[in-house]
Amino acid sequence: MASTAAPPGAVGKSPPRPDGPAKVTGATRYVDDLALPGMWHGATVRCPYPAARLLRLDPAPALAADPEVVVLTARDLPGPNVIQLIADDWPVLAAERVNHACEPVALVAAPTRARALAAAARVVVEAEELPAVLTLDEALRGDPRAGGQQPLVLAACTVERGDVEAGLAGADLIIEGSYETGHQEHIYIETHGAIGIWHGEEAGLEVIGSLQCPYYVHKALVRLFGLPPERVRVRQAPTGGGFGGKEDFPNVICAHAALLSRRCGRPVKIVYDRHEDIIATTKRHPSRVRHRTGVRRDGTLVAQDIEVLLDGGAYVTLSPVVLSRAVLHAGGPYRCPNVRIRGRVLATNTPPNGAFRGFGAPQTQFAAERHMDRIARALGLDPLAIRERNAYRPGDVTPTGQRLDASTNALECLRAAAERTRFRERWRAIERERARGRPDDGQPWQGIGLALVWHGSGFTGDGERRLGARAGVRLLPGGRLEVLAASTDFGQGTSAVFCQLVADAAGVPLEQVQVHEPDTAAVPDSGPTVASRTVMIVGGVLQRAAAQLRARLLAFAAERAGLKAERLRLVGGQVLDPQDRVVASFAELADAYLAAGGEASWIAQHQPPPEIRFDEKTYQGTAYPAYGWCCDVVEVRVDPDTLAVRPERVTIAADVGRAIHPVLCAGQLEGGTLQALAWGYLEEIKLERGRYLNDRLQTYIIPTVLDTPDMETILIENPTPASPSGAKGVGELPMDCGAPAIVAAIENATGIAVHALPASPERLLEARRAGQVVQPQHAGA
Amino acid sequence: MSRAFRPRSLQEAVALLGDPELGAVPVAGCTDLMVLDHAMRRSHRAVVDLLGLAELRGIRWAEGGGSAGGPVVEIGAASTFSAIRADPLVRMHLPILAEAAATIGAWQIQNRATIGGNLANASPAADSAPVLLALDAELVLVGPAGERVVPYRSFHLGYRKTLLAPGELIARIRVPVPVPGTRQRFHKVGTRQAQAISKVVLAMCCRREPDGLLRGVRFGVGSVAPVPRRLRGAEQACEGRPAGAATAERAAAAAAAEVHPIDDVRSTAAYRREVLARLVRRMVLELAADAG
Amino acid sequence: MQEAIAVSDTVRFTVNGEPRCWQGEPMARLLDVLRYELGLTGTKEGCGEGECGACTVLLDGEPVCACLVPMLQCEGRAVQTIEGLGGADRLEPVQRAFVEAGGVQCGACTPGLVLTAWALLQREPRPDRARMREALAGNLCRCTGYERILRALEHTIAARQGGGAPAAGTGEATP
Ligand SMILES: Cc1cc2nc3c(=O)[nH]c(=O)nc-3n(C[C@@H](O)[C@@H](O)[C@H](O)COP(=O)(O)OP(=O)(O)OC[C@H]3O[C@@H](n4cnc5c(N)ncnc54)[C@H](O)[C@@H]3O)c2cc1C
Ligand code: FES
Ligand code: FES
Repeated sequence: MASTAAPPGAVGKSPPRPDGPAKVTGATRYVDDLALPGMWHGATVRCPYPAARLLRLDPAPALAADPEVVVLTARDLPGPNVIQLIADDWPVLAAERVNHACEPVALVAAPTRARALAAAARVVVEAEELPAVLTLDEALRGDPRAGGQQPLVLAACTVERGDVEAGLAGADLIIEGSYETGHQEHIYIETHGAIGIWHGEEAGLEVIGSLQCPYYVHKALVRLFGLPPERVRVRQAPTGGGFGGKEDFPNVICAHAALLSRRCGRPVKIVYDRHEDIIATTKRHPSRVRHRTGVRRDGTLVAQDIEVLLDGGAYVTLSPVVLSRAVLHAGGPYRCPNVRIRGRVLATNTPPNGAFRGFGAPQTQFAAERHMDRIARALGLDPLAIRERNAYRPGDVTPTGQRLDASTNALECLRAAAERTRFRERWRAIERERARGRPDDGQPWQGIGLALVWHGSGFTGDGERRLGARAGVRLLPGGRLEVLAASTDFGQGTSAVFCQLVADAAGVPLEQVQVHEPDTAAVPDSGPTVASRTVMIVGGVLQRAAAQLRARLLAFAAERAGLKAERLRLVGGQVLDPQDRVVASFAELADAYLAAGGEASWIAQHQPPPEIRFDEKTYQGTAYPAYGWCCDVVEVRVDPDTLAVRPERVTIAADVGRAIHPVLCAGQLEGGTLQALAWGYLEEIKLERGRYLNDRLQTYIIPTVLDTPDMETILIENPTPASPSGAKGVGELPMDCGAPAIVAAIENATGIAVHALPASPERLLEARRAGQVVQPQHAGA
Repeated sequence: MSRAFRPRSLQEAVALLGDPELGAVPVAGCTDLMVLDHAMRRSHRAVVDLLGLAELRGIRWAEGGGSAGGPVVEIGAASTFSAIRADPLVRMHLPILAEAAATIGAWQIQNRATIGGNLANASPAADSAPVLLALDAELVLVGPAGERVVPYRSFHLGYRKTLLAPGELIARIRVPVPVPGTRQRFHKVGTRQAQAISKVVLAMCCRREPDGLLRGVRFGVGSVAPVPRRLRGAEQACEGRPAGAATAERAAAAAAAEVHPIDDVRSTAAYRREVLARLVRRMVLELAADAG
Repeated sequence: MQEAIAVSDTVRFTVNGEPRCWQGEPMARLLDVLRYELGLTGTKEGCGEGECGACTVLLDGEPVCACLVPMLQCEGRAVQTIEGLGGADRLEPVQRAFVEAGGVQCGACTPGLVLTAWALLQREPRPDRARMREALAGNLCRCTGYERILRALEHTIAARQGGGAPAAGTGEATP
């Protein structure tokens, strides 16, 4: 008898990620590491004004200095001057009107990057500056593009449940607050880059890029070049970080590289240096959120009236979707019978804002969490008590009327993090200490704070139904399996997780599975790699495809052995009969099957259950198929003299449904948490006349390892019925939680209440001087 | 294409740099120079490499080396901050210089950045500057006209302007060895914990006499003025007075009154002024505390 | 006199132990020469101004930012890049620990971080977290939150000491 003990599956373990060895040895080739024969380099000519009428673009000086270079403007486009996304307002190259600082107006290609940059600097841009709208306040006062009397609204939506006014009228107490957040830059360590390869009208266009969504780029290029879809091929190179930043903007840089390539008849590469990457690419939307909340004395929420304003920058990009997520998460993970959330995105003459991890939810949940702390203080409750009272339980109903399922783990996360850190005891002790008064001796102040958030996994509303994600598995000789999906790995470990899911679903060892490079010519459209949807939705589709493959091969084996297919099992790469005897190895079976001419690919499509419906007009229904829950407890030390904040320790308790690969899962949580903390206290963009002043890594400050706290991650697994594996999205969840948690910890340490991010020492000082100080809570609540 | 020179002696270097035809710039660790080259996309007609010059190397003890006649620690201008922070003489006698060196950039930068470059670059935020002001260092300058020794406190003339003549180099930095019992303090408030440019950087040096009074008080501060500077007002507020709360408050008030910081991309004038005052106060209070 | 000391446009140095003779602009960045002339693209550019450490290489064994080293100053020196550490089939223990402990995500920071970490562990057998943080502070990582990078180093040290193969499974001793 062969050794037939079923090897335990791959899911739930943390095997080394398949792309790891190439990355630690420097062998991985990112866009800028690729050199194609005959390749030229592209550069971008930009207009410095935030709003202007373009008068003249003169390439003559550039051509005079270097006759070989190629210069291209909006006049040279083969198709509509539109970056395909949601609206058609974003031009590939500004033609008449410039709507934000550093907007591209022309492109240059040359044999070397240095020559391209030199030529771009010589192209003369003549423009007449126009009045510009640079802040949300200015936008509210009126935008010339909307006639001057009113804001230019790029998107709007409202969620309503119950009767807010009646709820407020019946409340014991109404508490109001206004909260603001600023721009955030992604700072993926690999900057944007793309290579355009024009193969001629017949053979079409190929683009290799650092990107998250190959099919977004594909769609944009098909439209711009007027080519049939099969003549446009988009390939994702290994991508050095994305965080949402490579969701929308690759449509721009890939179009630029492709245009230059078509014009030059040779491959053209554009890679931004860090400075250009910061000034030119999308950022997180700045926000202003107002809360008016009715509560009972015991802390129970009875009405939430919330107004969300986002600064969209110059163009629509993905703002409607960002707003929708912002609004749907704006109440926080709390039940409330009467809710009204109204959201708008306003245009300004600043570079367009777009996708960034969390997609609007971090902004609104910063406001929601700070507001909860404000309510708690007003009622004499501690931060834990107010949340325990209001956090969603299974069966509760959200503002869209969605009844939450059994995997609603807000309380579990809250309690796990609080217990692990002895939160209540320590928070109260520090409040008492502040009440007693501390010696002014330069000794650091300790503080502890927490935040609780939720994050919907998958597309908002009916997005998944409309998309119908397709993905599959191909059988290769030797019984190897190849994952076919357009989902990209830009660090999260998608490839590793796909291999695990497919290996288990097919019944083969993990080593037998590999992932095909995301390439629109070779893989089906599994949708963009965004919205925490990849493992849950695409992973589920892959599991179905792999199960189909398994069934087909077992049937084939049964035919050969003259047995009934139901009697055979495929385990660990072996086909077993009911007596656990090996009938065949998967490898020989696969070879025989392929030799017999069996089909080699199984493509499955995502089908959301019919009862899951969302009405985009009324904003009622199932907003998301599943929700992740997360509680952070942040411990800080604040220097009383400099107000410099050091996060010392973070405890993250997150419900991820099922941790397919616990190490990668924790990695997502920790990485997202650090981005969130830094957005909370460190990262800032100041603007001057619509230009970012923090436009280099020397001035845009992200944390070094010395700034980073020790982190402990507690994974809470309560599988969601919404995905076959039980996994929920984990990528964005932590981004919602860190900022309010660290600001709460700073408040506990200093008594200074900050309502605008970042809680930098400068802002803390300003707030203290403005009297934004909370009374210590010392009575036992 | 730039022309490059690797002089065999300081004399040769100075001769090259003094040649107006050549238009050469000195290069050391390149951690300022190449950052600017990159940002401005500029190039140089000619460069003279200082890293190979033995005269600019090494850290040593020199008896009677200073103008005042006492012993000095003499630091070659091309010493890197890695070398400085590890040097036993520096650690023993000039602990705040070692401390400052350890806050500059991070490991990679400290391995390349030189103290001469830090001073010659003349950023108001240079972290070694306040320390050298507090320690009352002297600079040995060598130029086409020969060698001269200048007090460091007179080196900076204005924003990014120094008294270096064309072709002149910083050769060595002489730091008088503080008498035993001298207190030294350093505090940097940067944009973050490493790879950080200072928002405020303060160094202090003073003695506490047996009578309990403070003497020889010197504060050096960076990032609150166009140049690194001394805080004469705060120094006077301490000089000859007992360490303690009253002196600390007076010194803090004097410091706040004598600087005129600005708002910029890294911080605000209000923050810089307030934090400077708080740090001056803290340092004076600590003197009282560690007197026990 | 000037001619006597003018540097010829030839720079002789070694890269990963191999002698190289390079000609060109003396102020060219070592980073560009490695990447675009020698094809050693494992060294990354994240900022071009010394902030991110993605371009870290070892110059005579010391970590430096290759974006801030002019070729002029490479004369007679030894440059080690990530390609000079273990290849995929013979990873250094610290490289393996990065993979296994979750210290790698997108990989853009990884070559630089691995080199800095390796250089640290060459010098100091048992750095604590504080010391690791100080040494690695010149290498920005935007993906991991650093926690698993610190653990990768801790695993390397534990494996080296214990002889056994603990969590990170790194059983080899460093030469
Ligand atoms: C990422 C990063 C972080 C940094 N962090 C800090 C920090 O925390 N604190 C801080 O103070 N600085 C910091 N700096 C700047 C610091 O590295 C420099 O000021 C350094 O000390 C300059 O020395 P260098 O040898 O690199 O000078 P170079 O760049 O070689 O030269 C700088 C200037 O000085 C001239 N020069 C050099 N040596 C001499 C000499 N002996 N005589 C006359 N002129 C000379 C050069 O011509 C040039 O104009 C940082 C830089 C970077 C890139
Ligand atoms: S590229 Fe050299 S440090 Fe960033
Ligand atoms: S792994 Fe992506 S930057 Fe470190």
